[in-house]
Amino acid sequence: MDAITTLPVMSPAAAEIFLAAAAMALLMFGVFKGGKAQEATSWLAVAVMVIAGGLVVTYGGDTTPAFFGMFSSGPFAQFAKLLILAGSILAIIMSRSTFRRDSFERFEYPVLIVLSTVGMLMMVSANDMIALYVGLETQSLALYVIASIRRDTLRSTEAGLKYFVLGALSSGMLLYGSSMVYGFAGTTEFDALARVFTGLAGTEPSVGLIVGLVFVICGLAFKVSAVPFHMWTPDVYEGAPTPVTALFAVAPKVAALALFLRVLLEPFGALVGEWQQIISLIAVLSMALGAVGALVQTNIKRLMAYSSIGHMGYALVGLAAANEAGVAGILVYLAIYLFMNVGTFACILAMRRQGRAVEGINDLAGLSKTHPGMAAMILIFMFSMAGIPPLAGFFGKWFVFMAAVESGLITLAVLGVLASVIGAFYYLRIVKIMYFDEAEEPLDSAVPGDLKIVMTVMAAVTLLFFIVPAPLVSSAKAAASALFAG
Amino acid sequence: MSDWPLLSLVTFLPLAGALFVALTRGEEAQVARNARYVALWTSLITFVISLLIWAGFDPTTADFQFVEKRDWLPDWGIGYHMGVDGISMWFVLLSTLLTPICILASWEAVQKRVKEYMIAFLVLETLMVGMFCALDILVFYIFFEGVLIPMFLIIGVWGGARRVYAAFKFFLYTLLGSVLMLIAILAMYLQAGTTDIPSLMQAGFPAELQTWLWLAFFASFAVKVPMWPVHTWLPDAHVEAPTAGSVILAGVLLKMGGYGFLRFSIPMFPEATEFFTPLVYALSIVAVIYTSLVALVQEDMKKLIAYSSIAHMGFVTIGMFTMTTQGVEGSIFQMLSHGIVSGALFLCVGVVYDRMHTREIAAYGGLVERMPRYALVFMIFTMGSVGLPATSGFVGEFLILMGAFEKSTWLAALAATGLILGAAYMLYLYRRIIFGTLDKEALKKMLDLSPREIAVFAPLIILVFWMGIYPSTFLDMMSVSVDHLISNYKVALGNASVAVAAR
Repeated sequence: MDAITTLPVMSPAAAEIFLAAAAMALLMFGVFKGGKAQEATSWLAVAVMVIAGGLVVTYGGDTTPAFFGMFSSGPFAQFAKLLILAGSILAIIMSRSTFRRDSFERFEYPVLIVLSTVGMLMMVSANDMIALYVGLETQSLALYVIASIRRDTLRSTEAGLKYFVLGALSSGMLLYGSSMVYGFAGTTEFDALARVFTGLAGTEPSVGLIVGLVFVICGLAFKVSAVPFHMWTPDVYEGAPTPVTALFAVAPKVAALALFLRVLLEPFGALVGEWQQIISLIAVLSMALGAVGALVQTNIKRLMAYSSIGHMGYALVGLAAANEAGVAGILVYLAIYLFMNVGTFACILAMRRQGRAVEGINDLAGLSKTHPGMAAMILIFMFSMAGIPPLAGFFGKWFVFMAAVESGLITLAVLGVLASVIGAFYYLRIVKIMYFDEAEEPLDSAVPGDLKIVMTVMAAVTLLFFIVPAPLVSSAKAAASALFAG
Repeated sequence: MSDWPLLSLVTFLPLAGALFVALTRGEEAQVARNARYVALWTSLITFVISLLIWAGFDPTTADFQFVEKRDWLPDWGIGYHMGVDGISMWFVLLSTLLTPICILASWEAVQKRVKEYMIAFLVLETLMVGMFCALDILVFYIFFEGVLIPMFLIIGVWGGARRVYAAFKFFLYTLLGSVLMLIAILAMYLQAGTTDIPSLMQAGFPAELQTWLWLAFFASFAVKVPMWPVHTWLPDAHVEAPTAGSVILAGVLLKMGGYGFLRFSIPMFPEATEFFTPLVYALSIVAVIYTSLVALVQEDMKKLIAYSSIAHMGFVTIGMFTMTTQGVEGSIFQMLSHGIVSGALFLCVGVVYDRMHTREIAAYGGLVERMPRYALVFMIFTMGSVGLPATSGFVGEFLILMGAFEKSTWLAALAATGLILGAAYMLYLYRRIIFGTLDKEALKKMLDLSPREIAVFAPLIILVFWMGIYPSTFLDMMSVSVDHLISNYKVALGNASVAVAAR
């Protein structure tokens, strides 16, 4: 009984611990400061997350399991966590100008983002089904509130409610699946599960176990909004305030996908034969539905929702490959996805006409004449998302398809690239509207400085990525090989 | 001098010019003027530097020259590798020659968004030159597909009435072909463990894999060439593109397909090439005869020339798949000649289009009375297209027919009908536009070629005659590389048949 009286190993979780404590402190700060605390809280939240990023870099590389095996970090988790923190930081920065202009002041907003980020970081590092669930719920509960933060508008509350109901359903499925797995394997710990399943190698796994696995996959597919569990995405994206959508599109997706990857490759790694076809199917359906569904959209936020469904499909191609190259490919894909999506949302946030936010695709008509710089940046993001070289998006596709071809999933790769051609159509449609059509009524010319900086940096990264791709892709490769070594 | 990164310089200098144009600020007229001059000078300097490649080129070796190699993705063994041989050097020069001509030709024709137009053209030049120089297949693919972005914008922003339809069709058609090639590139990389083109040529892929890889590459290059029946994007794109866009499309972009066959399909998949040669012959013959007949009935000048391009490219694919010295050299020569002649023909259409704003053949007639100089220029290029001896077209077509005759009499006979049909539609076009009575009021006030237009046409006229009268300048440079290609192909096939016999 000695082990219980000693303190657990905690240093790998330094970032999470710090962030959780800081979120509480920020909440107190906001309450006592009252009224106009949003600006200060936002910047403090950014500072806190930057420090957490520093802690991830310093302590996150340690692969010792912390908290008695509930929590494990390492280069893979480090990579994913840095992406998540970057996504959250950028989401806070981008939200400021919009909320200010809509004179919407709520200091809870940045605090909730910090809280959900704690959950996301825990998801990535979970080493036990229970820890996974705790992380997932910490994230989700904060996000449900964020989705309905504009509680005075019908659309925002509707989005929040939809997200909550469907999210709770998916959490329930995940929990149900976990309990089935526990019942048949006798443990919830990832390492122990992996040992059990490796021991089963060669024998037919029991039906209960498969049912459990399928439920776990369903629950996680909900979170990454993969087809056929994608239905909530367009509605929530459209209904939530745009700064919130900008958050939803990046950080939670990265976290959920990293979690998906770890769960399937670590505890369920030995059952690859059972889940590979499910993931392949989900990937193909997501790519296809993302491409086809986006064709008929007129609202740019809904379009981005379908686009993200498609992108998750491409990332899942890397998971279906179930090899080291696939994991590296997913990490590269997610990093590039972050740049493209944050940049695009910065542009969407800047779309205003006579002070009111607009979000129709046709509102972009003639943008190349009225806002040549912003139009050029959207052009870069759109071609990049379509996967046209030399823009960054191409490299994401290159690496995930390389993984798929390597593990012999040629059909999946061919279907994937064909879907990307269909997808190219709707990205081109946006370029066409901006460049080929005449403007009816121009958008406001004043673009807030912080949005301008964000979109410029993201566009520069997306455009110039091809010059020195090595640092990012090599660290992704190193992170992936760490996952396979451990 | 020799250790200068000459190819990178030629490739990326236009990009620097584009950046410079992008940074120009000020009044609209001023910006437009500056953009035009910067673009013209950048492209001219690029052309002069590219002549240094020619000057420094050693025609006695088939090795790649001016090679540059740098780490790029070291963990994957993918590098930035550039180099030219006797085949690709000519395409580099063709690209650098046509770009300043295009810029000069759009001097007055393009009046809106001049800055963006010039940026698009300079970026396009970088991508085209880079594509012909690339010796790493991933680098090649990046340039190859990157071309779609500026071309999409050129057609879509500065094109004619149905520009949106044409731009989308062009983009999606070519993208569909190229993504299949992407999968094949990945498969090759994983099989051979390298993306280095010279190493891939030595890799010797298994015969069964070759078939699939060949088909995937064919999907991409056949669309680019374009071969019948995947040619339908070309007439639309040509007709709707602005004049200079059509010139680049016909002059360089179509050659990317032909170059791709020579650089990848034939040397890397020799057995599959031999297996599929009859298919290529059949599609090419259909292209030559069918599209020539279609050209005969066109009402639109640009469409007629577009169909003639498809027919001429049919000749090119016949020539290169004969794998005879004459056939391959002829097809390369024909590609260069076609690049100049059809580019010039589109410029000729552009000249009258700028004045009348219609491409309808019926709207013209009797131009010789008001525009004698134009009539002469148009005639020279018409003859070049028909393949009259002493013009460049003759040399290419003659060599191709010789190569084809060596393989099969029928092949040569059917291909030769294309010459007759070609003469028919070109001369018919010429008669309807230049001759006849000048009875249309609008035409009576037309001005003859301006000095700027003469400057555009002069280098092309010189080249058409140079290539027609003294083709050795060009053929000598490529012959060693072509022989190398053919002997490697034969050796690879010899090995394969030995392997089959031993079984």
